This record gives sequence, C-alpha cells and structure tokens, in this order.
Amino acid sequence: MVQPRIRRRAFDAVTPAPAAAPVAPAVKLTGFVRQFGANRVIDGLDLSIAPGEFVALLGASGSGKTTLLRTLAGLDPVGDQDVTTPDTRAVVFQDARLLPWKKVWRNVALGLKDKGVRARAEAALKEVGLGHRLDAWPSTLSGGEAQRTALARALVREPGLLLLDEPFAALDALTRLKMHDLVLNLWNEHRPAVLLVTHDVDEAIALADRVLVLNKGRIAAEERIALERPRAPDARFQAVRRRLLGHLGVEAPASHEAALVAFPSGEAVQ
Amino acid sequence: MSLTTADRISLARPFRWPRLSRARWLSPVLLLALWELGSRFGVIPERVLAAPSTVAETFWALTISGELPANLLVSLARALAGLTIALIVAVTLGLISGLSRLGETAIDPLMQIKRTIPSLALTPLFIVWFGIGETPKIALIAVATTFPIYLNLFAGVRGIDVRLVEAARSFGLSDWSLVREVILPGALPSFFVGLRYALGVSVLVLVVAEQINAQAGLGHLINNARDFMRTDIIVVCLLVYALLGLGADAFVRTLERRALAWRPSLVEQ
Repeated sequence: MVQPRIRRRAFDAVTPAPAAAPVAPAVKLTGFVRQFGANRVIDGLDLSIAPGEFVALLGASGSGKTTLLRTLAGLDPVGDQDVTTPDTRAVVFQDARLLPWKKVWRNVALGLKDKGVRARAEAALKEVGLGHRLDAWPSTLSGGEAQRTALARALVREPGLLLLDEPFAALDALTRLKMHDLVLNLWNEHRPAVLLVTHDVDEAIALADRVLVLNKGRIAAEERIALERPRAPDARFQAVRRRLLGHLGVEAPASHEAALVAFPSGEAVQ
Repeated sequence: MSLTTADRISLARPFRWPRLSRARWLSPVLLLALWELGSRFGVIPERVLAAPSTVAETFWALTISGELPANLLVSLARALAGLTIALIVAVTLGLISGLSRLGETAIDPLMQIKRTIPSLALTPLFIVWFGIGETPKIALIAVATTFPIYLNLFAGVRGIDVRLVEAARSFGLSDWSLVREVILPGALPSFFVGLRYALGVSVLVLVVAEQINAQAGLGHLINNARDFMRTDIIVVCLLVYALLGLGADAFVRTLERRALAWRPSLVEQ
C-alpha cells in the first residue's frame, strides 16, 4: 500500500505576509494530468478550493469526476505532479462502505488511535442523529442511516477537506433532501473545504458556493452561487440552473414543464 | 349452547394414530430393534456383530473403568496437535499467498502439488522417516488438514470487497492495521469453512494413523478388540469416532455464531 507522494501544505504554514495577502488555498492543482493508457481522463486541469469553501463538481459519466476525487483523496498515485491538499481528508462514498463486522461506533472510530475514541464517535453519531444506533451492526441500518454513519465517520476526523462522491445518489428523494440540510449544518459547524461530486444540478445549486462543470478532463465552466441559504427554487435559481444545463450540453428548457423532463435524477424542483 | 356443541364435537373426534409421515427417527429405531432381535435369536452371531444392548453395556463399562476416556484423550491430543501445526502453517502460507502476487506465485503451486497427493498415501513414507511413534501420526494429521485451511483462507482474502479496503485506506489504515481490521475479519467466514472441513479430515486421518502400532488411543482400543474378536468394543469405538465428528462440527458452529454475529443470516437460526 504505497501512499501517493503528495506535496501537502498546512493552513498555518503561511509566512507572515502583507495584510492583503490572499489565504492559501486548501486544494490546489495546476495543469494536472491523469492518464490510463492512451486515455487522458484528466487533461491539464486547474483547480483551487479555498479553506471552508463548498464546491460542487458537475459532469456527465466519464468526465473524470471520480478520478479527480480519488486523486484528492490520495487513493491514486499522482507521480511528481503538483497537488496540494490538507493533511486531513475524508471521503464519503456513494455506497456507505461501512465494515459489516464492526459495530456502528467502531466504524466511525476506524483508524483513530488516541484515547476517548468511543466518546468522539458517539458525539459524531449524535451530531448526525444516530446517537441511538451506536452498537448496531451496519447490516441493520437503512440506506439513509448508513450514509449518515459515513458522514459521521468522515467528520469525526475534523478534516480540512471533505470529499463527497455522489453520497446521496442512492437515497430516496425525501431522505436526500434531509441529507442536504444535514450536510449544510455540519459544514457550517465544522467548516471544512468541501468537494461534492454529483450529477444532480439542483443538488449542486442548493448546496455549493461554487459549481464547476467538468468536461473531457477539464473545468469547462464555473458558476459562483451567490444566493443565500436555504435556497428556494426561485427565478434566480432557475437562471443558474439553465446556464449550468447549457454548460452540460442539455438543451436549456424554456418552461418549468420542460425542466421536469430534463432532470435525470428525477428530483424535480417544482 | 355453543359450548356443548363444541364438547360434543371434541368427544366425537375419533382416535388418531400419531402422524408417521414425518417420523425420521422411526427407521433407525426399527433397524436397531431388528439388530437386537437378530442377536437375541442367534441370527447375528456375537463374533460377527454384538447386540446393541451389549454395545451399550460395554460402552458404560469402558467409561466407568476409565479405559475409554483415557484412550479418547490420547486420540484427541493427537488430533489437536496435528491441527495446531496445520493452523499455524496454513494461516501463515494463506496470508502470504493471499496478500501478495509474489507470495501466490511462490506458494500456491507447491500447495496445489501437495493437494494432488492423497495424504494417507504418505503413511509408508512417514513411517520410514519418523518411525512408528507419535510423530508420524501427528504429521499425517497436520499434512492432511493444512490444505483445506490454506485454500479457504486464500480464497477469503482474495474475495474481500476492494471498495472496503479502499475506504479503509482513505481513513489512514495501512499494512498491518488494514490486515487486522479489514482483511482478516472479511476472510473469516471462508476461514471457518476451511476449519470445519479440516476438523472432519482430522478425524478421518486419525482413524488410519492410529492403525500404526498405537500403544494408546481409540485405534489401539480397536486393534486390541480385533485381536480378541470383541465386536462390541469395535462398535463402541466407531460410535466414539462419529461423536468426535459431531462434536467438532458443533464446536466450529459455536465459534462461528460468536465471531460472525454481524452477518445477516439467510435462514433464521
């Protein structure tokens, strides 16, 4: 299990600088390339995420979303390319990936070594509303509970970067909306930089400060969402959505009826 | 009024024979009864096969005299010694082979070659090497039970869900902690299949190994009985071998229930 060589920069390692100096980004990639054989999955990608920023990454299947996330998670080798990430990173995958032979709280405490891990796991599970399932086996959890456990497992490490790989895609629409609220609350509480990989345009707009559209291994478009949270699907929301759908190559719908058809996830706003 | 009607109906219900269509115990009991009758009326001579009642008496007599428990212990100790060696060897080799490509290349061909040789066929060679004491008996059991444990552990390690391994790695687990927290627990169900199989094999090999000039043990008891044509003692020993097999299986089942409590079971226990 060779750890990829990643050059990391701690937040507080910035030398005292003139007052107007910008904050060092939590994540920085410059001209990043990832290639499998002749296939360039990521092709000269530039990305920068500020500490505490919530970024959503949209893209069709095969656009390189997951590859980028794996790179940032340290799961793929990066060679000698320049990749800056926080030291502490945590991933929530689409499938919760809990170890079935460990009780819920032990899954949350996975890999933590210091004393009082049970108390920390318990606190994290209470935060996601699962204080009553500490000693349950993962196989007895519902899909939403499993995903909340995965969130607790990620947040208990107080990560500088939280990577969410389509974590709500397998949940029903109602549970997904509850999870959106939960994620926003937790983000407000802990303020990690977040990269949310999704192919649900509404989800991206509802949650993120900034939405990136990935196409053929590059950032094809970027939208800063300046709407205040919680975000209602009003006219401004719709305008952002039309623009993003346009970037994704989906015919921008003229009316709300058409919008219902355009959403592959089935989660219509109206 | 309705009560009286009900009473009358229940009184009127005709006597029913107990249902025999599902009485699985019936045929063995009938066979036992026929065997007993055959012995009583001299159809089955004592020197061919002792009567069930005689076997039961002998069983009791051998038990309270301490002869049976003492020999049983000797046999159990042999099986345990062989199994312990097999466990250490098989788990080590299975992990090396399961966790690395190089290990598989080095170890797996040798294990497959070993598999093609029937373990019991090694008996003459082991007698030449180790004489006729305890060593060849324990060695035979160890050699025969190594393969099932090795093969199932190897398959279990290779069958681990790589997504779980990846998730654990993303949370900072590496090398030994990954093996301990993820790979070993994940391979455990397979390992238990191998262990159960190995326990069955160990009893089988025990029977043959104890034919080698045993001075004590169940095999010794059987050999002596053969010399004196005591068919009752032979049958007692056969029964004990059967009980050993059952006991071994129950033992692993208990272990499984404790160690694999996390597994949702397909069939309600």
